[in-house]
Amino acid sequence: MMEPLATPAHYLVLSAIIFCIGALGMVVRRNLIVMFMSVELMLNAANLAFIALANRLGNMDGQTIVFFVMTVAAAEAAIGLAVILALFRNKPTVQADEIGLLKW
Amino acid sequence: MDAWLIGGVKSLIVIAMVLQLSALLLWVERKGSALIQNRYGANRANFFGVVPFNLGFLNTLIADPIKLFTKEDFVPAGADRFIHSLAPFLALFPALITFAAIPFGDYVVIGGTTIELRAVDLDVGILYVVAMVAMSVYGVVLAGWASNNRWALLGSIRGAAQMISYEVALGLALVSMVLTYNTLDMQAMVYAQGELIFGVLPAWGFLYQPAALLIVFTAGMAESKRVPFDLPEAESELVAGYFTEYSGGKQAAFMLADFAEVVMTAGLVVTLFFGGWQVPYLTAEGWTLPFMDLIPVTGWIVTVLQLASFTIKVLFFCWLQILVRWTLPRFRYDQLMNLGWKGMIPLALINLFITALMILLVGESA
Amino acid sequence: MSELWFYILAGMTVAAATGVVMLPNPVHSALSLVATLFLVAIHYASLDAHLVAALQIIVYAGAIMVLFLFVIMLLNLQTDPDESPMNATAAIAAGAALAIAAVLGRVFYAFGTSGAGAELPEGFGTTKALARVLFREHTVAFELTSLLLLVAVVGAVVLAQRDKHDARVEPVEPVEPVETEGQG
Repeated sequence: MMEPLATPAHYLVLSAIIFCIGALGMVVRRNLIVMFMSVELMLNAANLAFIALANRLGNMDGQTIVFFVMTVAAAEAAIGLAVILALFRNKPTVQADEIGLLKW
Repeated sequence: MDAWLIGGVKSLIVIAMVLQLSALLLWVERKGSALIQNRYGANRANFFGVVPFNLGFLNTLIADPIKLFTKEDFVPAGADRFIHSLAPFLALFPALITFAAIPFGDYVVIGGTTIELRAVDLDVGILYVVAMVAMSVYGVVLAGWASNNRWALLGSIRGAAQMISYEVALGLALVSMVLTYNTLDMQAMVYAQGELIFGVLPAWGFLYQPAALLIVFTAGMAESKRVPFDLPEAESELVAGYFTEYSGGKQAAFMLADFAEVVMTAGLVVTLFFGGWQVPYLTAEGWTLPFMDLIPVTGWIVTVLQLASFTIKVLFFCWLQILVRWTLPRFRYDQLMNLGWKGMIPLALINLFITALMILLVGESA
Repeated sequence: MSELWFYILAGMTVAAATGVVMLPNPVHSALSLVATLFLVAIHYASLDAHLVAALQIIVYAGAIMVLFLFVIMLLNLQTDPDESPMNATAAIAAGAALAIAAVLGRVFYAFGTSGAGAELPEGFGTTKALARVLFREHTVAFELTSLLLLVAVVGAVVLAQRDKHDARVEPVEPVEPVETEGQG
């Protein structure tokens, strides 16, 4: 078992920063695929926080939750990209602004 | 600090080993293919005509790299320069570092320090191998995309689809091996193969899991993208596939990655199915052949024998892959996908089910 | 000494994550995300989560991101000239994100340093320990995820396949092979 490089608190701060970068990307970018990647970034930040807390509390549940999050992320990526493909077939764009037919 | 030093030296040894083997294979492949096709093969290397005999071996070790690295490094117009340069290294890097998890010997004791003969002690060793195999897709995909060439892009899309498809079968077959040995640690797997079945046969993995051997070996060959699985480069259809637009040193990196993957497949098959570094019937006390007296062999001789055993087995499986490459024709693409999805994956699933059932019935892993 | 390594790795992680958001070309973004996932996997490994680190690389970097790249290539997305992340909205958003990061970081840091960390039990983070929790306490959830994956696979196929009755999709006429006499 190796010694963590820093205290779990350090990792928690890192996870907060990555989460905010992901949230920023979600707000700023209009490309659907890049927005999707920003969501993955936020999920990863949450996972990092789980792992850091699991290490701090000496509880394996944190790692188990990350396992489940990864499964859900895989399902979400498959469905999300299929939706983008289906959208692209009807209207050849991936800019979120231009797909506003249901907006009023 | 000692641990860092030992780790660094071991990593260097492993990387040097893979590189040397890959370079050696380049020569073996040339001469081997010549043998199979009734030609002479590489026989022009000499030092300005001074040496009276042919230095064919030096051809690929010295002459070929010089030739490749002095060629123009060409980047096509409209290509993504950064990714075009990055892709060969993304192809080479995972192929080289996969070997880190594969044990090439037992341990040695030097000056009171026990050193395990593998680059890193990973308790998830086999997952590390799968992870690195998964990462090797990027080199292919990005090479094709960054070249701004439709042949290259077609080749890389074929390559990505092929590698992902066979990765599934490979992963499932590896899961059945994990169930058999009841561990993810590759060193522990090799130890388990040092046992004897009924005190007679060495308990090598292929005796328990012949189907898994077939799947891992085939999928490993598919991952290295060589004939009969060379659809990503298919020179008669796609010019040269994903590395159409590569020349010089970058192309050398792709070739090296190919051979490093051959060595990796051989190492994986040997470690999982053919006892790794185990020499049959050789234990720490000496040779304990069944129904015979113990022949005492100890100390360094055992270690050297084990290293030799591993090397010979790996070389044999490298040669087997070269033999297959020069014997079989290329698959058609639908045949490739049918073999992957309708052949290998169901077989791997059935094999996994039977393995799990046996463990449940017998109550204990091998 | 080891903290220096953490700061180097963390700096690289943040830089790669920023790249995902800031790079105009989607392929570059995706590559940047691969780098981020790889670095996060290293952080997992340093926090004794070896199995999760391996899974992170296999599932995220190896499968999900290849899917992303595949779709980007399939749609042939180029750098979008309209995509200018540096306008007023973006500046405000960046400021807000920075503020949130500061607050979150402060709270997390306070939480992470309050009190002594727990003694890690023997075998913490090994595959056995994770499997024990997964298959004893979370068996139902584990089985449900397999159902979720099945639904996702079927759903993705249904969504991505071409509708046979869709009038917009012109059926491709099979090309008659050109007969050339006296050749071959």
